[in-house]
Amino acid sequence: MPEPMRIRAQAQGDKTTVRVLVSHEMESGQRKDASGKTVPAWFIQDINATWSGKIVMSAQWGTAVSKNPLVQFSFKGGKVGEKIVLSWTDNRGEKRTDEAMIV
Amino acid sequence: MERRDFLARSGTTVVLIAASTDLTTAQAQSSPPWNKAAFDAKSLLEVAKSMGATSTPTESKDLLMQAPEIAENGNVVRIGVQSNLANTTQISFVVEKNPSALAALFNIPVGSDAHVSINLKMGQSSHVYALVKAGDKFFYAVKEVKVTLGGCGG
Repeated sequence: MPEPMRIRAQAQGDKTTVRVLVSHEMESGQRKDASGKTVPAWFIQDINATWSGKIVMSAQWGTAVSKNPLVQFSFKGGKVGEKIVLSWTDNRGEKRTDEAMIV
Repeated sequence: MERRDFLARSGTTVVLIAASTDLTTAQAQSSPPWNKAAFDAKSLLEVAKSMGATSTPTESKDLLMQAPEIAENGNVVRIGVQSNLANTTQISFVVEKNPSALAALFNIPVGSDAHVSINLKMGQSSHVYALVKAGDKFFYAVKEVKVTLGGCGG
């Protein structure tokens, strides 16, 4: 089971800024292990964020995104106490969904 | 077929059906499928073309890019861009000299800020582009990032 994401969503004026620390190996497929074999690529392909039933961010990632990446985005709306939900799917079909309250 | 065996098998089928329905709903929600062609592209131009650009992207001063001049560790290079172009619908980051030039592609829904940042890996010093789709045109901003320690294994 993948580790949870750490989500911090902060409402400021009419905007909410979200910072997400995603926990994922993000293996590039370029690296070789000790025996000289290429480590197969393993990375998040799709990630999106939903707030009150609306997608506020959606992205497609490639192998060049860092291990345990930190992503930042913002959207109009969002009040303290409302929920933001993030979910991702990686190239092995594994998924993870986490949610946080806007502060 | 033994009864026990049959039950076990039908159990699997139910799970499979459940899994496949789950998959269809998930796909219906998230917009387009993973753009393999774009991630296989080797240059800014190829990336833009695979995203449907009909002409060469133009450089724009309305794109404010944040990138370090020197990255000591190519494993974690913080790149961000803010687009002040109207109707920005898509922001991508392209690292010219990486094995796969396109690193990440963000769709900007209406109501979201055209301002995103993310950590990227860089194999070597390279030009880094922020490729932005505004309306039906493509624009870019570029910065050169010097990497002193590569982030692509080796």
